[in-house]
Amino acid sequence: MAERAPPKRRDWSWRSQAFRGLVYQVLAVVLVAGGLWYLAHNTLVNMQARGIQSGFDFLAQPAGFDIGESVIPYDALDPYWKAFLVGVLNTLRVAIVGIVLATLLGTLLGIGRFSRNALVRGICYAYVEVFRNVPVLLQLLMWYLTFTELLPPVAEPLSVGGLFWLSKNGFAFPTPLWNLGLAITAAGGAVGLVLAWAYHRWARRHFEKTGQPRSMVLVPLAIVVVGLAAGWLVAGAPREWSVPVPGTFTMDGGASATPEFMAVLLGLVFYTSAFIAEVVRAGIQSVAHGQTEAASSIGLSKNLAMRLVILPQALRVIIPPMTSQYLNLTKNSSLAVAIGYPDVVSIANTALNQTGRAVECIAIIMLVYLTTSLSTSAFMNWYNARAAIKER
Amino acid sequence: MSGAVFKSIEPRPAPVRTEGLLPWVRANLLADWPSILATLIVIALALRFLPGLFDWALLNAVYRPDADACQAARGTGACWGVVSEKYRIIIFGRYPYEGQWRPLLATLLLLGLLIASCVRSFWRPWLAGLWVVVIAAFLLLMGGGWFGLSSVGSDQWGGLPLTIMLAALGIVLAFPLSVLVALGRRSQLPAIRTVCIVYVELIRGVPLISVLFMASFLFPLFMPIGKSPDVLVRVLVGITLFAAAYLAETVRGGLQAIPKGQVEAAQSLGLGYWQTQRKIVLPQALAMVVPGIMNIFIGVFKDTSLVTIVSLYELTGALSLALNSDANWRPFKLEGYLFITLIYFAFCFAMSRYSLWIEKRLAVSKSR
Repeated sequence: MAERAPPKRRDWSWRSQAFRGLVYQVLAVVLVAGGLWYLAHNTLVNMQARGIQSGFDFLAQPAGFDIGESVIPYDALDPYWKAFLVGVLNTLRVAIVGIVLATLLGTLLGIGRFSRNALVRGICYAYVEVFRNVPVLLQLLMWYLTFTELLPPVAEPLSVGGLFWLSKNGFAFPTPLWNLGLAITAAGGAVGLVLAWAYHRWARRHFEKTGQPRSMVLVPLAIVVVGLAAGWLVAGAPREWSVPVPGTFTMDGGASATPEFMAVLLGLVFYTSAFIAEVVRAGIQSVAHGQTEAASSIGLSKNLAMRLVILPQALRVIIPPMTSQYLNLTKNSSLAVAIGYPDVVSIANTALNQTGRAVECIAIIMLVYLTTSLSTSAFMNWYNARAAIKER
Repeated sequence: MSGAVFKSIEPRPAPVRTEGLLPWVRANLLADWPSILATLIVIALALRFLPGLFDWALLNAVYRPDADACQAARGTGACWGVVSEKYRIIIFGRYPYEGQWRPLLATLLLLGLLIASCVRSFWRPWLAGLWVVVIAAFLLLMGGGWFGLSSVGSDQWGGLPLTIMLAALGIVLAFPLSVLVALGRRSQLPAIRTVCIVYVELIRGVPLISVLFMASFLFPLFMPIGKSPDVLVRVLVGITLFAAAYLAETVRGGLQAIPKGQVEAAQSLGLGYWQTQRKIVLPQALAMVVPGIMNIFIGVFKDTSLVTIVSLYELTGALSLALNSDANWRPFKLEGYLFITLIYFAFCFAMSRYSLWIEKRLAVSKSR
């Protein structure tokens, strides 16, 4: 029986896997490129037929509309690009505050699921089930309704201790008056931070060299607090706060958040924290019970076991889904358009209606979110790589 | 050694009862000081707020569709009358009043099939065929124009049938696409892999609302002049493309969980690529990711509420439709919101329970 020769490396027949692979790929690329060309071609034809102008030159023209709230100074005569910038900053503002609050609330709720108290467990469970099973848009609309219809008018606001005020005008809160004294306090805090970091490094080295543990959390924290307090005392203990006082039409003094901002923020925080609670719960549950037992058998206290054994392993499980929750929150902030919070989608929507440049405006929205998503996931991947198991 | 007298040790105390109401209360409500404090705080808060809530929601509430009575009870009692007055518009949107049995029947058909699809012994090839039949029946019933049924344009569809249709059709259409994309993302062929990765990451990086804006504003530009489908189809395409990207990642997770030995064994039997995928890999991988698919379905079901922003009147949009134009009932929007919240919650909660249950059932086959 004649031996079959092994197939030649370059076999240009249908039976060669490499050749088939090449054909499939060329086919796929041609199909995708052809589809895109078809869409682009249609778009150009349509635009010519309807007389739609294209291009990003409109960004330099004056926008001509006012924006309810802005972090940077803006007025209607400013160009479109500045309006978009205001929108992006508003999106980032609500997303960052939302992420911080949702993480805090979600972590508490997630840990609460392990409470020894059945009532606490039950409340956390009910919270998670209710808030994650109702569409976030509906929750936003309900919060907005609460602010615009159910809360009292600004003349007779609800108050917490005379410092925080809730009314149809939003949420007003006191702010420290920014002056030299506070700057010195902040400087003291910064010095404390540097000292604490240096101490932390020394403690870690000392631990690795001798095996004797030094406090790595409480002492650095104390150093920062002492730094802050020292700065505050040196500055003469400034205590001036700007406290909001109800006026006839607005709150005077302090700082306040608009009802739109509050509705978006509360909706996103309450919705996302339900998911974060589940992430945290799953992370803690994923640490095998043997780990806890092993930790106590080598004499670690409950707190130390939590800090040195359970949490590092749970974090590894928690980080990837937590990242996607952060991204979801950021993307969901686009629903602000439904209640008129001027985020980037809402600005782009207005610009689209005014200029008719649909392609450009939607491209800007997508670009903004893609940049945010990709940079967040890049950062979290970097952090995840640090927290991951160091294997051989 | 001698002289050791046997002396029995003290008898151990009888074991503490750990079952029953009292021990449960002791262990779960009054275990230690923090626990007792938490119990007291919760009870105090409940006593402070629950009676008022109970009075508002049930005792002082107005159930009759009587706007004047609702106005009178404002602030002290809920106005469920808004639901009894407007439920037909909230549930069915702008669908012609006398023909509303059609969306009802169509929705029941679709729901029946959804429930049947949850039963494991029905996971057979004919289920796919059944889906095609039922979806065709759904569209025919809703659209009409045959057998003496009046024709109802898709711009008049709305309410809960639209919500369920968008979610179910979105997932069903996204499913085959997502399997292809998931396979493509794990393919050895770089061009195909790149196309799939770009698609998935692009869609997952942007919010659904921008995809819907695209469907609403850009789709008409993409199509040849005069050939653009109506807004319902465009939105459905948007939701499908969006869901497919997320679904593809879930399916990919399942594919990655299949041991390499399975593929190698199939290849050594002489199965080709598609045969391997169809007969060996996909049956195992898809069964594994049913809970994940279910979670994405819940997500899509909730996300259908966004189509109200591009002016389709699904459940959330239908509520605004029912109340915004009627000055008598507009003040009672909160009760309307609570009503549709309950509908959304009932659907999503049932689905998430099912997802948990099936996860446990599937794990049974893995444990030994």
